[in-house]
Amino acid sequence: MRTIHELTDAYRRGETTPSEATDAYLSRIAKLDDKVGAYLTVTADRAHAAARAADERYRRGRPLGPLDGAPITLKDVFCTRGVRTTCASKILESFVPPYDATVVDRLAKAGAVMLGKSNMDEFAMGSSTEHSALRVTRNPWDLTRVPGGSSGGPAAAVAAGLAAGGLGTDTGGSIRQPAAFCGVVGLKPTYGRVSRYGLVAFASSLDHPGPFGLDVTDTARLLGAIAGHDPMDATSIDAPVPDYTAGLEQGVRGLRLGVPDEYFTKGMDAEVEAAVRVAIDVLKGLGATLERVSLPATPHALATYYVIAPAEASSNLARYDGVKYGLRVPGRDLIDMESKTRAAGFGAEVKRRIMLGTYVLSAGYYDAYYGQAQKVRTLVRRDFDAAFARVDLIVAPTTPNVAFRHGEKADPIAMYLNDVFTIPADMSGVPGVSVPCGFTASGLPIGLQLIGRALDEATVLRAARAYERATDWHTRRPELA
Amino acid sequence: MTAGKWDVVIGLEVHAQLTTRTKMFCGCPTTFGAPPNTQTCPVCQGMPGTLPVVNRRAIEYGVRTALAFDCRVNHACRFARKHYYYPDMPKNFQISQYEEPLAEEGWLEIDRPDGHARRIGIQRLHLEEDVGKLVHEGTLETAQASLVDFNRAGVPLMETVSKPEIRSPEEAAAYLRAFRAVLVYLGVCDGNMEEGSLRCDANVSLKPAGAARLGTKVEIKNMNSFRNVQRALEFEVKRQTEALDRGERIVQETRLWDADRGYTRSMRSKEFAHDYRYFPEPDLVPLKLDAAWIDEIRRVLPELPRARRQRFVAAYGLPAYDAALLTQSRALAEYYEAAVRDFPQPKLVSNWVMSELLRELPGDDERAIEQATVTPSRLAGLLRLIDDGTISGKIAKTVFETMVRTGEEAAAIVRREGLTQVADAGALAAMVASAIAGNPKAVEDYRKGKTAAAKAFVGQVMKASGGKANPAMVSKLVEAELEKLTKT
Repeated sequence: MRTIHELTDAYRRGETTPSEATDAYLSRIAKLDDKVGAYLTVTADRAHAAARAADERYRRGRPLGPLDGAPITLKDVFCTRGVRTTCASKILESFVPPYDATVVDRLAKAGAVMLGKSNMDEFAMGSSTEHSALRVTRNPWDLTRVPGGSSGGPAAAVAAGLAAGGLGTDTGGSIRQPAAFCGVVGLKPTYGRVSRYGLVAFASSLDHPGPFGLDVTDTARLLGAIAGHDPMDATSIDAPVPDYTAGLEQGVRGLRLGVPDEYFTKGMDAEVEAAVRVAIDVLKGLGATLERVSLPATPHALATYYVIAPAEASSNLARYDGVKYGLRVPGRDLIDMESKTRAAGFGAEVKRRIMLGTYVLSAGYYDAYYGQAQKVRTLVRRDFDAAFARVDLIVAPTTPNVAFRHGEKADPIAMYLNDVFTIPADMSGVPGVSVPCGFTASGLPIGLQLIGRALDEATVLRAARAYERATDWHTRRPELA
Repeated sequence: MTAGKWDVVIGLEVHAQLTTRTKMFCGCPTTFGAPPNTQTCPVCQGMPGTLPVVNRRAIEYGVRTALAFDCRVNHACRFARKHYYYPDMPKNFQISQYEEPLAEEGWLEIDRPDGHARRIGIQRLHLEEDVGKLVHEGTLETAQASLVDFNRAGVPLMETVSKPEIRSPEEAAAYLRAFRAVLVYLGVCDGNMEEGSLRCDANVSLKPAGAARLGTKVEIKNMNSFRNVQRALEFEVKRQTEALDRGERIVQETRLWDADRGYTRSMRSKEFAHDYRYFPEPDLVPLKLDAAWIDEIRRVLPELPRARRQRFVAAYGLPAYDAALLTQSRALAEYYEAAVRDFPQPKLVSNWVMSELLRELPGDDERAIEQATVTPSRLAGLLRLIDDGTISGKIAKTVFETMVRTGEEAAAIVRREGLTQVADAGALAAMVASAIAGNPKAVEDYRKGKTAAAKAFVGQVMKASGGKANPAMVSKLVEAELEKLTKT
């Protein structure tokens, strides 16, 4: 199981070709994905064609860049022209977009080879991928456990060697949490750093597309390819994109790291807390200075998130009515058709959030819920602003616990609590990464989270890389027969 | 207007399609009448994953209009989502503006039937996207299927809400006419009500004469012409007056105007009113309008209808009626001014434009004026021929009709058809002499003091000349000849 940078080095040296690597991944998918369940659609023909084109470029000695020939997977939330894009929902099970998402287009132009579309919680709503209406995805480290979510498919695929890298989305932690659960690197960039055009919206003000990699270098390469202004997304930031791989090896000496009190809570998994504390000491040992910081709005972030995200979701999902595309269940008349379509097409969690969101936006409730939530969101932002006036990065656990068993969190609130450490960065839009920082006694991965200033992904990645270089957690691979 | 013991209170909401080349939030063309769904893209079809991007030109048009109405332009404004389920709306929400509209607090001056002007306040002006169109197989009641055409979905719409300060259906029609004229002058809307470029809803209520508190309002929709706005409002005022006179309460509701049957009927009552669940559009950042940009738009505002009308009276000495008619459309006013530049007799030009030109053209809008085969300089050419006596006014009308048909210069037609006036005194004298000689009875009448008999001789000569005789000269010659006869 090789990283993207190892693969492209091998292509360059002529030891292997994109086609050989693509074949190897496709046959591994054929052999192992029945167990893992990472993919919803495998696009073998396209992958072969893209790989052959990459072969040719390497043969001529002119690869497109650091991703040329890299076999990757996309969370099935990104629109792919001519390839069905389901959001793991019955309502979009047959939906074939007529266009590519901006990130899909950028990855293709960088030469990446799309192996297929991977599983997720329906419409990215969930933290275990159990809300997929189409498939069960298992954690490659323990098949009885969940891979996390909502980007459980791409995280599991990368961890299991079913793709060399992947793209997910993070709305409340949906990249970082599954990265932590699956023992891979997952980055949520700054809001607006990566275009959302073509990403099927869950909560527009919170959705962040971002990469998964086996290590920090791969993650930085993927980010470099997808980042940058997009005229099709009015919320995308028009700022130059640095070379994220350039400063990766510069270490953390002199960096001030903030350790937030609120991210070490009662009731969190002791093994997680211990591993993260050790990891923070490793960073200190590498020359970083540590400082206690406080992010006092953190306890309110979760509740606030469950007002804003469902509100936006209830609006974004209104278009699925059986009139234009996707599922249509016939009815007596228009309203009957629409009701039946939505009743049959959406799963329980999606319906729960649509109802929640519809309620909080209703006349008479708006100010008490949505209006109030926006104010709290401002407080969460101010917390980070205040902290980043004193420190360069915040270090914390990615999640309060490790991967849980399928069916273990049947209570929605128990599931929501999983995202308590990841939601604040989504609310404020600042970048965050999860890197592997150890394993529990039972062999389940633990994630260390590094959060940085807006648009300062370079420092986040650099610190993550310094930690990674000093440890070997990222080199461990699950055993999959 | 007071309907007996009631005061009428009307507020108008006007939706105007902006004439931008592309849609409000995507690059699709806005052309009217294209085959269904050919002017669409994933964005205006509301496909999953698509995002809106604001059309800056639409903002500019909105600001231009706001400034023309003397509104306060908000330097920061926002778009909001307005939710309701309807299949002509691809996303089941409409991107509109709610709490932070583009502009607020302006006014529009209208002319009342008594000739006095009155200012009607404008509450707000905001931008939004239009919806698509449903096409039913057969009538709505019996259709087995309905089809959706999204060509119109996403076309920029500007909604302008007046204050409830309109006091009669006539004033409402005047408001709408003045409103349309301003928009057309600004070049932001083609003003075509039949094609739906301009749509109007009204809120109507009655209150006891002189009372401060407003009565229960009824919203009237589906009035698709100026005439229908007035008719619908007249009907509604009558309906409410009769109901109140009977001691009934007015129900707050939406009523549809049925132009064929000439009444309004209830569409939905307040109990079924929508909760639109507005919230700020998260896919768009708040709009920041640069003060310098607004100033620049203000600087290049064209002369507005009212100012132009006043100038027409002052500068050209036109009667108010002429000035009002000529300035109703910017294209017509410009046509008139171009013609006057070429032929500086304002009233004569005005007469010709109002009677002949407007009779021949299908309308007074940009399109019609542009298509006019008789250009301003050709009209001036024709009027010069009358002025220098080459042709008579009567012949000129025939020439004008030919010009409309053939697009030729007046002089060419006059030459080809030999329509030049006979102004040769000798030839005319002979014709006059022959006419008088041939009708001794009329001469006798004239002698007895029936001076009208002279006119009959002029008519005869004109007829004999095929209309080409110079009428003034004929008249003079006839009089001179008759003078001679009576003295002898």
